[in-house]
Amino acid sequence: MSIFVDEKTKVVIQGVSPTSQGLYHGLRNRAYGTNVVAGTNPRREGEVIEDIPIYATVAEAIKATDANTSFIAVPPVAAPSAIAEAAEAGIKFIICITEFIPAKDEALVYNTLRRDFPDCRLIGPNCPGVISPGKCNIGITAGDIALGGGPVGIVSRSGTVFYQALYELTQKGIGQTTGVGIGGDPVPGTSFIDCLSAFEKDPQTKAVLLIGEIGGEEEERAAIFIAEEVTKPVVAYIAGVTAPEGRKMGHAGAIVSGSHGTAKAKMAALAAAGVCVALNPSEAADAMTEIVRGMS
Amino acid sequence: MDLYEYQGKQYFARYGIPTSPGEVADTVEEAVAVAERYGYPVTIKAQVQVGGRGKAGGVKLAFSKEEAALHAANILGLDISGHIVKRLWIETSSDIDKEYYASFTLDRSARLHLCMLSARGGIDIEQVAREDPGAIARLHVDPVDGMSEADAAGLVSEAGIDEDARAGVTDVLMRLYRCYVEGDADLVEINPLIFTPDKRVHALDAKVTLDDSALFRHPEWEPFKNLELLDHRERLAKEKGLQYVGLDGFVGIIANGAGLAMSTCDVVEQVGGSPANFLDIGGGANADQMANALEVINTDEKVKSIFINIFGGITRGEEVANGIVQALERVSIPSPIVIRLDGTNAAQGRAILKEHESGTLVSAPTMIEAAKLAVQLAGGPR
Repeated sequence: MSIFVDEKTKVVIQGVSPTSQGLYHGLRNRAYGTNVVAGTNPRREGEVIEDIPIYATVAEAIKATDANTSFIAVPPVAAPSAIAEAAEAGIKFIICITEFIPAKDEALVYNTLRRDFPDCRLIGPNCPGVISPGKCNIGITAGDIALGGGPVGIVSRSGTVFYQALYELTQKGIGQTTGVGIGGDPVPGTSFIDCLSAFEKDPQTKAVLLIGEIGGEEEERAAIFIAEEVTKPVVAYIAGVTAPEGRKMGHAGAIVSGSHGTAKAKMAALAAAGVCVALNPSEAADAMTEIVRGMS
Repeated sequence: MDLYEYQGKQYFARYGIPTSPGEVADTVEEAVAVAERYGYPVTIKAQVQVGGRGKAGGVKLAFSKEEAALHAANILGLDISGHIVKRLWIETSSDIDKEYYASFTLDRSARLHLCMLSARGGIDIEQVAREDPGAIARLHVDPVDGMSEADAAGLVSEAGIDEDARAGVTDVLMRLYRCYVEGDADLVEINPLIFTPDKRVHALDAKVTLDDSALFRHPEWEPFKNLELLDHRERLAKEKGLQYVGLDGFVGIIANGAGLAMSTCDVVEQVGGSPANFLDIGGGANADQMANALEVINTDEKVKSIFINIFGGITRGEEVANGIVQALERVSIPSPIVIRLDGTNAAQGRAILKEHESGTLVSAPTMIEAAKLAVQLAGGPR
């Protein structure tokens, strides 16, 4: 099994034009095997681009194709309303890779979803997407660096370190159930905890690789959740041990987050929760390989 | 983007938040002229983006022309935690009865805006937060609802703001929330927010951090781009559109993706080296980006070797390798270079690099090996 996306996933790409990022990545995803069923663009309603039928709205695309997942790669100024449109149309799973959405817009759309569409999941923004190897790939991950069949689930805030981890496991012959890039923005739609919880419930996932980075306190929160709720082994790597302490957000930042946020604080919190904490991506892949080989 | 106090006060003024009247000055003569215009006493304040300037002697009260000249001369050029004072803000001094604290920022854990208000503002607010957290009243604001006047008034009373200052502080909070949301700030902070003997509430300081992602809808931010804060390497990188942070080490770093760039710095340090910079050239890693990155690294005299760490995803290994080769033909690099190329079609990419290898251009298959090699070529661990 896998989490979030699989063979039954039917994707509508929002904001499709011949030169759009959505189409570029959507076609790559389709070539991987993802079931891309529709595109939207009110100005191209009725057109068929690369064999993808284009509808004016997400609601019309769902009516015609039973799409159940949306992929958004439109510019930052348009992305929040695209997310809201998908949720209002009844889409339950949205992947938005758009980078540089203003934090205020992100916070507004996140809370709109949380209140009005509580069963709709948003991945991102500013993320590489989700891949269930061999079944479905939505986003910008190169499909050939992943290997299907499990037993490892991956969740990452960083993009390239996510690829690195997928690739290293694949090189060692260790398969993955699903890899989720949750993105590094201040208000991510999906958290480490959401993914850990889904991996915990997925019978095929036997271990989880968590890739964090400096800033915020998502890793610290994940550590508490792991200690209390996760029975499967977790390996973690946090990027940015040597990063200089970033600009401090006035007094407010210090008052809100205290000593949270540094790589060392995150690593200590995860280690205290029984997580195997690696010092670099290769070490993390090695540790995970050892755990998986020890299982069989 | 962090604003100086005077820029923050200009930004506050757009939203009707009361501040003391004043002007900037870059020389002693200008400072005296401003002081004479506003009348004494005036407060002369160093404009630096670092805390603790009062304790460092960067804020002085002047009661006469002579004092204004003396203080301006002493503060200009002052080194405050590594920041040299080049500009002053001179404002009419205020009598202070009470000092409060007010701020808005995002609470990332709650995914909500957070307003904090305290009746015990001033330079020791962080100590208050540690020792007596109850002295700071907090209110989460859901961006869908926004903040109502009743919410603000409730917080003001919860914080124990003096009775006759409550209306004024409530009004400032409403305006500060608008400045935070409509003004696309990541942080707005007033410390101290003062209450004067003549019963006025106003901002004596201003700390504002703007959200760079919102620049496209704020043409008024143009004068706030404080490029002089960056060192020469960071300025060049910014012009070339690269994500760059200057560090103090001797191994130049080029990587694609912020996480991998951070990872690369970590690994270099783990093997006894020290990174000269953080540089993310973005996902594609084409010849233009690579040439730009190398040019920026070239301006850093401390760099003794360069570690290029690229993970080929959608951009395949052979494309990355060709990009590196082309970039090296365009930019002459005095330092030895170690390349670690991995990911999609890494073998093809490495084969291309192999043809160009020399004593000063080598490749290594893993991050650790490449980092060790880069440190060794830079003269070994130190």
